[in-house]
Amino acid sequence: MYSEKVIDHFTNPRNVGEIEHPDGVGQVGNPKCGDIMRITLEIEDNTIKDIKFKTFGCGAAVATSSMVTELVKGKTLEEALTVSNAVVAEALGGLPETKMHCSNLAADAVHAAIKDYLSKKNKV
Amino acid sequence: MRRIYLDHSATTPVDPEVAELMMKYYVESYGNPSSVHSFGREVKKALEEARSQVATIIGANSNEIIFTSGGTEADNLAIQGAVRARADKGKHLITSVIEHHAVLDTFKYLAKNGFEVTYLPVDSEGLICVEELKRAIRPDTILISLMHANNEIGSIQPIEEIGKITKEKGIVFHVDGVQSLGKIPIDVQKMNIDLLSLSSHKIYGPKGVGALYIRKGVKIMPLVFGGAQERKMRSGTENVPGVIGFGKACELAAERMAEDNKELTRLRDKLIDGILSNIEDVRLNGPRGDKRLPNNVNVCIRYVEGESLLLSLDMLGIAASSGSACTSGSLDPSHVLLALGLTHEIAHGSLRFTLGRQNTEEEIDFVIQELPKIVNRLREMSPLYHKKLSS
Ligand code: FES
Repeated sequence: MYSEKVIDHFTNPRNVGEIEHPDGVGQVGNPKCGDIMRITLEIEDNTIKDIKFKTFGCGAAVATSSMVTELVKGKTLEEALTVSNAVVAEALGGLPETKMHCSNLAADAVHAAIKDYLSKKNKV
Repeated sequence: MRRIYLDHSATTPVDPEVAELMMKYYVESYGNPSSVHSFGREVKKALEEARSQVATIIGANSNEIIFTSGGTEADNLAIQGAVRARADKGKHLITSVIEHHAVLDTFKYLAKNGFEVTYLPVDSEGLICVEELKRAIRPDTILISLMHANNEIGSIQPIEEIGKITKEKGIVFHVDGVQSLGKIPIDVQKMNIDLLSLSSHKIYGPKGVGALYIRKGVKIMPLVFGGAQERKMRSGTENVPGVIGFGKACELAAERMAEDNKELTRLRDKLIDGILSNIEDVRLNGPRGDKRLPNNVNVCIRYVEGESLLLSLDMLGIAASSGSACTSGSLDPSHVLLALGLTHEIAHGSLRFTLGRQNTEEEIDFVIQELPKIVNRLREMSPLYHKKLSS
């Protein structure tokens, strides 16, 4: 049911982990199935210098997390904010209908982490 | 790649002896059992032989067996049929919260159509309380429907004890025997069962066949009209090769039950112990010992999710199943695991292995050896595990 790309990203997920002293943190839960995704960012010059993820969820959730980190790494924050769940799903060669909601998680977590960074920055 | 099948409660392979026998009824003896000519008569004879094989394994008479398209149809026929035949006598029905959806959804339908349903809870091991059942009975209770053994966690209900109560009270007693057939003894006399649902493909028979045992004298209404087959209780030409395969599978199961049971129990306990002692933060779902089906292992592994466990196992050729929300089309976690009192988060990490006749010790050793590695890898990825370590 999963594309080869999904299986690849599930088997060899990129950027797994947790950045120490991150500039931004985004953790979101999936209201549909209860899965959780956590993104940590290192930001320099308005650009995502490093990104790591941790995910408690299904194969699609892991694969979309991994894919989204690849898609936004090295991008400016504005560019990263345009990466939507549809973009992630497409980059993976599509997701099964029942698994589309999992990709929301990945995009949302990145967006939440960026917002976290911005709100912290604005406070300083 | 070698493959290890540990999902026998989903379905089993057809025993080669069964398949060979069935073949004959596709290509050689293809007559319609309702026909008068010799083609029909020879098939009718084989069909009746199969009926007696099914009856024998549950201690029934041949004329108390109706063939159906499977366990789901048998459950529907039993419950809807019994209720329709007794609607004037009362409107209260009793079942449990851990039934198969074939039963639960049928009750949901009946509840929408004027019946009142009591759903008995289960304890943390998945067993219902007989006292609670007694208290739930009302003067207008017309049917009690319970599963013998649970498909997910393998818990075995005290059917014999309950049968005494239903008999004394004169309430029709339906039992879903789909998971227990061929694995543990069923005796409709000793257990006072009035209606018993059975399925073929869980006992090395073909898919698409099942049966309903209807105790002589117990009235039910048919769901399917249009012919006089199966004593008018289930019209339509019988799935002859399937039914004959089912009969043979029952005969083989009866012969092998004691021996299979012993070996499966040994492998089951080895797998349970292997998982519990090699992985941290794991809980066994369902009871231990003889209140558990001999082939069922069900655990919840914390901080990881079931579907990613299944995918990882599948990559090693190991087939299992899970009650995680992510594996169900509805995105709800298993109702059985929730009924045990587990949280959504814990039910998320559920993993079920169901063993079969062909599994070897070496296969079980392989699972015990590989599963901890898979769990470690997924936990490394899990934000919940991270939290656990840092707290
Ligand atoms: S994250 Fe739960 S189904 Fe994908």
